[in-house]
Amino acid sequence: MTLRIDKRNFQGIGRRELLKLTPVALLGAFTIRKLQEPLLKAGLGFSDWTSKQLFRSGHLATTFADSEVTPFSKFPINDYDVDDPGVDFDRWTLTVTGAVEKPGDYTLAQIQTLPRVRQNTRHVCVEGWDVIGRFGGARLSDFLKTIGADLNARFVYVECADDYYESIDMPTALHPQTLLCYEMYDQPLTREHGAPLRLTIPTKIGYKQAKYLTDLKVTNLLPRAGYWEDQGYSKFYGL
Amino acid sequence: MGATTVAIEDVKSGEVTEAVYEHPLPVRICHWINAVSLLVMAGSGLQIFRAFPSFGAKIPQKDLLNWPKSLAIGGWLGGALQWHLTFMWIYIGTGLIYLGYQVFSGNYKQVLFVPRDIAGVWPMVRHYFFFGPKPSVQEAYNPLQKQAYSSVIILGLLSVATGFAVWKPIQFSWLAWMMGGFHYARLLHFLIMWAMLGFVFGHLVMVVLHGWNNFLSMLTGWKKDPEYITK
Repeated sequence: MTLRIDKRNFQGIGRRELLKLTPVALLGAFTIRKLQEPLLKAGLGFSDWTSKQLFRSGHLATTFADSEVTPFSKFPINDYDVDDPGVDFDRWTLTVTGAVEKPGDYTLAQIQTLPRVRQNTRHVCVEGWDVIGRFGGARLSDFLKTIGADLNARFVYVECADDYYESIDMPTALHPQTLLCYEMYDQPLTREHGAPLRLTIPTKIGYKQAKYLTDLKVTNLLPRAGYWEDQGYSKFYGL
Repeated sequence: MGATTVAIEDVKSGEVTEAVYEHPLPVRICHWINAVSLLVMAGSGLQIFRAFPSFGAKIPQKDLLNWPKSLAIGGWLGGALQWHLTFMWIYIGTGLIYLGYQVFSGNYKQVLFVPRDIAGVWPMVRHYFFFGPKPSVQEAYNPLQKQAYSSVIILGLLSVATGFAVWKPIQFSWLAWMMGGFHYARLLHFLIMWAMLGFVFGHLVMVVLHGWNNFLSMLTGWKKDPEYITK
């Protein structure tokens, strides 16, 4: 049975059907200047929230055989400012503040008394390149226990000799592969790779793995999230 | 097919044309939202690619192509990532709604390429590219269209799977592993984008060739005087 319908009535049907597509026009909000920024911020925030839910404390990043490691000479050096901020190694300490029982200045020798971990893991840059490197250092979780950190605090915030700064969420800070790294390729960290101490976090994107650390703070509040984050990069960026 | 058919009567001339309700509302909404989000995903993706336009090593870096900034979205890497990580949810969301609707309404039969369509593909290709005789049309989509639309849906699923392998190579390490690791997942994600853009190009060419009536059907749902209705 075919329904018979007048031509003008049919045009009305067509118009009504077309109007039902108006929800699609909501996407136009992204072209309005005032709305674009908050919308994209919300979208990135949702992605970060999802990232946080997907993170599993016990799930380890893939480790690689020594033969798969990228040669040291081909491990890129990426900084936002200078390769060598001129750290005075003799006077260097890591200054610990915030929600900890034992704040103060910690020497590299003190950090090196903690069990040393060596791991071959992939370093992924936000730009898209990746390398497999060999990293050695102390577990950040061990160090946090040594300084009596409040492990229920939300963040570990670090500052660097080159004025770079970063923050990581506590679950990631406690991940067994998150290291206070003082060795690469079984040699003391070189200046351009962040000597004397840097972060190695295989479960995070490269820009979170700050070099030339000088200060570490355990905190619930972040006045600043990170050098790149404050310019619009993802705050969580877990891999 | 259970598609609604009406006969449109012009009172003045007494002329009667038939029309078929080809595209249900959820399909049309998903089509247009997906068209926009695919464009944003490709545009922002190409801006992200500009940050490291290579699939080789970082040292030494050999650039594959220098994609013009004017044909990219986001202005800089951070901006492009914001667009990409926002629209991916819209892209995935409409994809899920579309697939769910197609499966539960049974409307998928209109578009799903099935074995009995195989025989009809070559005659259609011959008709389009080598000006062969036009095969008779019996359904809303001919076998070649079904093949193309079904393939692009699979490409869409693969774009999401490779995307998650690039975004979460550790939490979804099994996904990244299936693609040969982060490095190759990124390459596949890029290649799938070009395959989808290739589809979009062909799709647009066909829309232009087949005219206004066809285009209008994706807006109103109704196609006037379709070829497959026997008078």
